[in-house]
Amino acid sequence: MGMTIAEKIIACAAGKTEVHAGDIETVTLDRLMSNDGTTHLTIDMFNNKIKHPRIADTSKLVWIVDHNIPADSPKTAASQKKMRDFAREHGITFYEGEGVCHQVMMENHVRPGELIFGADSHTCAYGALGAFGTGVGCTDYLYAMVTGTSWLLVPETIRFNLTGKLPEGVYARDLILTIIGKISANGANYRAMEFAGEGLHTLTMADRISICNLCVEAGAKTALMEVDDVAMEYLTAHGRTPKATFASDPDAVFAETYDIDLSTIRPIVAKPHFVDNVVPADECLGVKIDEAFLGSCNNGRIEDLRVGAAVIKGKKVAPKVRFLVVPASRSVYKQAMEEGLLDIFMESGAIVMNPNCSVCWGACQGVIGEGETLISTGTRNFKGRAGHKDSFVYLASAATVTASAVAGEIMTADKL
Amino acid sequence: MENTFTAKIWVLGDDIDTDIILPTEYLALKTVEDMKPYAFSPLRPELAGLIQPGDMIVAGKNFGCGSSREQAPEVVKALGISCVVAKSYARIFFRNAINNGLLLIENADLYDEVTEGGTAEVTPGKDIIYNGKTYEIASLPANLMEILNAGGLVKAMRKRNGLD
Repeated sequence: MGMTIAEKIIACAAGKTEVHAGDIETVTLDRLMSNDGTTHLTIDMFNNKIKHPRIADTSKLVWIVDHNIPADSPKTAASQKKMRDFAREHGITFYEGEGVCHQVMMENHVRPGELIFGADSHTCAYGALGAFGTGVGCTDYLYAMVTGTSWLLVPETIRFNLTGKLPEGVYARDLILTIIGKISANGANYRAMEFAGEGLHTLTMADRISICNLCVEAGAKTALMEVDDVAMEYLTAHGRTPKATFASDPDAVFAETYDIDLSTIRPIVAKPHFVDNVVPADECLGVKIDEAFLGSCNNGRIEDLRVGAAVIKGKKVAPKVRFLVVPASRSVYKQAMEEGLLDIFMESGAIVMNPNCSVCWGACQGVIGEGETLISTGTRNFKGRAGHKDSFVYLASAATVTASAVAGEIMTADKL
Repeated sequence: MENTFTAKIWVLGDDIDTDIILPTEYLALKTVEDMKPYAFSPLRPELAGLIQPGDMIVAGKNFGCGSSREQAPEVVKALGISCVVAKSYARIFFRNAINNGLLLIENADLYDEVTEGGTAEVTPGKDIIYNGKTYEIASLPANLMEILNAGGLVKAMRKRNGLD
């Protein structure tokens, strides 16, 4: 009986030749990522709840401060100090100020075929490189850190066969929002979302990360893509080699299959307060905004900044609108600087921030007030996600967000 | 967990996300006790103050969707909620709840037929009786029951290793 990519990676991590959806397997993790959102809780449990605290394999741990950096209160400073001191004491790979955790992981650590736990829901982004990344809480993380293992229910897979090419002015963000709208916010719950087909080869790594990253908003346990030349080129350029590259067998069993022609996708907006509350962007034209955000692990890469800069070049951010631009990592920031993109943003009146989760996390930068409206390339638009409980978040592509910043109301780039 | 208990019902909707269960701005509070008053505050600011230990929550689909923040199930547990009955759960929340000893029950029908303020009789692994009607519920797999019965993953490990 054939296996899916998800089944192959779990079989490999469980030391078996074959596993299938529905099996519960004990797996050895390849990598364990944690950020400042919850690492302090893991450390407290490690220090206080375990009789013989130890780390199974320190070399597998990667800790990243990205949610509240630079620290914005004595509380977050204390929590980050705890993390920094513990990482130093135990020799854990540690980043702060380098960027949003998933971008840092993609640039420096993720390898095809790996099984990775991340104490962050958007860990499914790693599927862009053919790795099984899945989000866990701090207790699961602690268990994996101490034992090197965990249990996993082998997920069913929903397969997306991609054909064609995205039209000019339409982006990966529009594609994944369209898919989430189609299958709903729990349409992939407990399941893996797998992307394959000739259309996949037309997508850049930035596109792929954006797609996989958002799959958790459909409930997915993980997202996976076949590793092709584009993925291998990225991996090689970043000095890494695969653990293994997998594709689903021709006789693998999929729970559902969707055929998606990329050329049919159009600009999309997710309206408050759910990611699956999507409509064609045209239906939101004219909605007044107070703030626009270009950044996050979903859309803060150099490709996204190029799109935004091309839209806003020579124009100004609308009066009374804040436009926050936040590169996803230090390397993205530097490249944007070298390409002159940051100049374009700053001349337009945008606020350019250091790499971090920023507005998407709703606690550190660019928090919005009562009754305010944000258009964002962030990951979520839940009620209160970006600040006050009575505020409104719309999600869209880098192009639509930037065009809206200029117009002061929701606007697509082609109509600006 | 075989013991039957009676619980007062609070009803929430579909897609109750982790930012509703506990908004980001309260995550930095020092203890889960400090966080308790803010549970569900974006949706129903008064709710946390009204919930009594032993009460239960009944909700629609996709309960706990969103972030991996473990403070979400922790705060629900800390409020004294005896169990959550929902049509379905988001998977990270599901694991986190079990790991914190919070009983989650999946049932497709109860939510559509229940009224807030009523009471239900819950026998974990067997059924829920509400308004004279019996709703059968499945038992969790053995590895999860071990964790749940111990009161969470860390406690289960301590028990397994003879520490408690």
